[in-house]
Order: sequence, then C-alpha cells, then structure tokens
Amino acid sequence: MQRVLSCFMSRDMKKADKIRKGDIRSATRLIRDIEDNVPGAKSTMKHLFPFTGKARVLGLTGAPGAGKSTLIDALISRYRAGEKTIGALLVDPTSPFTGGAILGDRIRLQRHAEDPDVFIRSLATRGALGGLSKAAGDAIHVLDAMGKDIVFVETVGTGQQEVEVMNHVHTVLVVLVPGMGDDVQALKAGILEIADIFVINKADRDGTGKLYTEISNMLDMVQAFPGGWRPPIVNVGSVFQPALFREHVEQLSQAIDGHYEHLVKNDLLGDRIRRQTLVELNEALRSCILAPILEKLVKEGEIERMVDKLLKKESDPYTCAEEIANKYLR
Amino acid sequence: MAERKLRIMVAKPGLDGHDRGARILARHFRDSGFEVIYTGCHQTPEQIAASAIQEDVDVVGLSCLSGAHRYLFPKVVELLKEKGADDITVIGGGIIPEQDFQMLYDAGIKAIFTPGSTLEAIARWVRENVTQGS
Repeated sequence: MQRVLSCFMSRDMKKADKIRKGDIRSATRLIRDIEDNVPGAKSTMKHLFPFTGKARVLGLTGAPGAGKSTLIDALISRYRAGEKTIGALLVDPTSPFTGGAILGDRIRLQRHAEDPDVFIRSLATRGALGGLSKAAGDAIHVLDAMGKDIVFVETVGTGQQEVEVMNHVHTVLVVLVPGMGDDVQALKAGILEIADIFVINKADRDGTGKLYTEISNMLDMVQAFPGGWRPPIVNVGSVFQPALFREHVEQLSQAIDGHYEHLVKNDLLGDRIRRQTLVELNEALRSCILAPILEKLVKEGEIERMVDKLLKKESDPYTCAEEIANKYLR
Repeated sequence: MAERKLRIMVAKPGLDGHDRGARILARHFRDSGFEVIYTGCHQTPEQIAASAIQEDVDVVGLSCLSGAHRYLFPKVVELLKEKGADDITVIGGGIIPEQDFQMLYDAGIKAIFTPGSTLEAIARWVRENVTQGS
C-alpha cells in the first residue's frame, strides 16, 4: 500500500517525507539548498511547513567567546539525560571579502557527534546582519519537522544590535561575561532588551557580582515586564570545576523550563508564534516580490543606469524607487 | 540561483594534538571562499564521519602527524561508505611516508599532501576535483 501511495507523491513530497522520518542527509541537504537558493527548495519547505511548530526553540546570543557553544554542549547533555531529541544550529560569520567562513562552534559539541538523536548543523551568515543567517528560519523548520524536541540556535558573536534571534525562538538566552565595560552599557537598547534569561558565564571571574548588580538594577527600572516575566539572572561558573558547573547548568535548565511554562500558562506562546509567523511572512513576501524585481533591474542594467543618474544628480533615490514601483506594482 | 558554496571539513583524527597545519589550511580554505567546518583535535573516525554527514560537506580533509594514518584515514572512508555517504571526497595530509601512498589511494583517499605542498596547490586540487553539492 505504501509503495502504491508513493507513486503519487511528487519528488518534493518524497523528500519532505524522508526528512520527517529523520533522514539526516536529506535534511542537511535541504538546508544547504535553502542557503544556496536552489530552485525547488522552497517547494519541499511547503510540504514540511504543516509539520512544524512542535519543537521548543531556544536561542543563545552574546559576545564572541562568551561561551555559547560550551553552554549548548552542557544543555544538550542535560536534555539528553531526559531523553529529549536535539537539533542545534550554530551560526558563524562569513567573510565580507572572500565569502568564505570558518565554522568552528562544533568543536565544543563533538562529544554528541555520534549520538543519533542529536543533529548539529553549522551555518555561515552569508551577509545577514541580524546575528543569524537568512536560511536560519527555514533550517529551524527543518529540524522541527524532523521531530526534534528541542532546537538550539546559536547566533554569531553579537554586540548590541543583533536581535534577529528573537523572531525565531521561544526563549532567548543572552550570555554575558564579567569585565566588559561600565554600567552605562546596561542602559542601552538592543540585545539586553531581548533576553528572557540572562546568563553570567565564567562567573568564577572577577566582576561577576558587579555585572549581576548592573543587570539587576537595569531590570529594576523596567515598569512592566511584557507578559509579566522578569528575566532571571543565572550565574554559570567555570567549566573546569565540573561538579559546580553541572549544578549551574541544572539551574539554567530549570530557568529555561520555567520560562517555557510561563509562556504556556499565560497563553503567551501564541503571541510569540504569531510574531514569528509575521516576520516569516514578511520575508517570504520580500523574496517573492522584491527579489525578482531587483534581479531584473540588475540583469537589464537598470540599476547601473539609476546609479549613474544619481551620481550626476539628475534624479534622487526616492524618485527612482517610485518610478520602479509605478512600473511593477500597479 | 546563486552559485553553490563549497563546504569542507578539516579534521584531526586520533591522538595527535599538532593542529597548526590544519588551522593554517582551514584559514586558507576560508580565504579561498569555502565554508570550512573545523572540528578540532582528537577526533575519532566515527565522530568525523558523523559530523561530515550532518554538515553536508563535499570534502573531508584529514590531517595526521602521528603515524596512525594507515588505520585512521581508511576507517573514515569506510564509515562514510557504510552510511551511504561515499560521495564525500576524503583527502589527507601530514607526515605520511611515500610507501603508504598506494595503500591509502587503494583505501579510497583521493589525494595526499605532505610537507612542501603549497596552500594554493591544495585549494586548487579541491576546486578542480570536487563538485559542490553533487
């Protein structure tokens, strides 16, 4: 019966079917097809989309070297002990000059390499500026549709502004380390605002207490937390003191689970998913409507002609854009 | 469609902590426009094969300076084959005596680079002999 049915399945449906059954080669290739803009990748995604939305997605962001990968490694062990299946997407930067990349986050996670229930995939940013890669959203869907219980997303090493991860995950962990600037930093907008949980990593170092107080004071100034969730601050000590480290990771995982419960109990999960879906729809619209127009303009040399006009001050960017809009969108 | 990006893994199998060469090579591959997955030292062939599959790489570059290449290199090829991933090209380098070359070629290692090989030559070999996303 199965065989008869499969005759009626398109190639994309078959691919999607294999991925749903957990086939790693098909899944990682689909992610690559999305990264490489291979035609057809989107149509496999269409078949997977109905099966997404089951995984819990956790995002980790923070400065380079803050210890994001090492924390993911420890959290994977923690959740594997509870028999959860795991997916992990690790993003590292692409060179703006050569397009090459060193994807090295995996080094910290290699003890899970052979575990069939842990699937780890590195992604290069390929020019995306928000801390993730353009393919990250779809890659999360792929791991989700594979049936992974928990999906970790590690951003590139971030500074202040890379907040894209909040649009793709249920819980954002901002990983900080002591000794990175004075207390005005804690007032600034951006990455500190997106945390659902603060982790002070390497908390055996000098300055941990000060950083804790700064974050704590920053949180005290918030009038009302969205959804009533005050982000907890969790100290995680040195990985070289294994017993204590494990204890801290256990506390961290309790904070993570606590946040998820909070989302579920207060009916906030729906809001997050709605926001994520809106972002995805926006992206899809942009790539479906804007991208082909841009491509056409480049191919026909229209872009260069417009740039020439602008350089000679014969026109301005706003008029040019309006002319294109009038031509294509009316 | 944008051009397919070449994905390559640089790995050090076995009990050999000398990764200066592997790092320099990884850096050169990056500068050649490849996406390089670097897994670090002390990897078992099983870890390397599993990672190569998860990362969908076109090439695995093994570096070994300890003398254990006669076991470690063929084992990676064998494991990839076992998992139906023998389309992944495996190349190797390090301190490898010439009399071992044929044995490694026979085991499925596609190219061997020893001291004196230039970075450019290695990257060129990869570019000329590997199809991205085949």
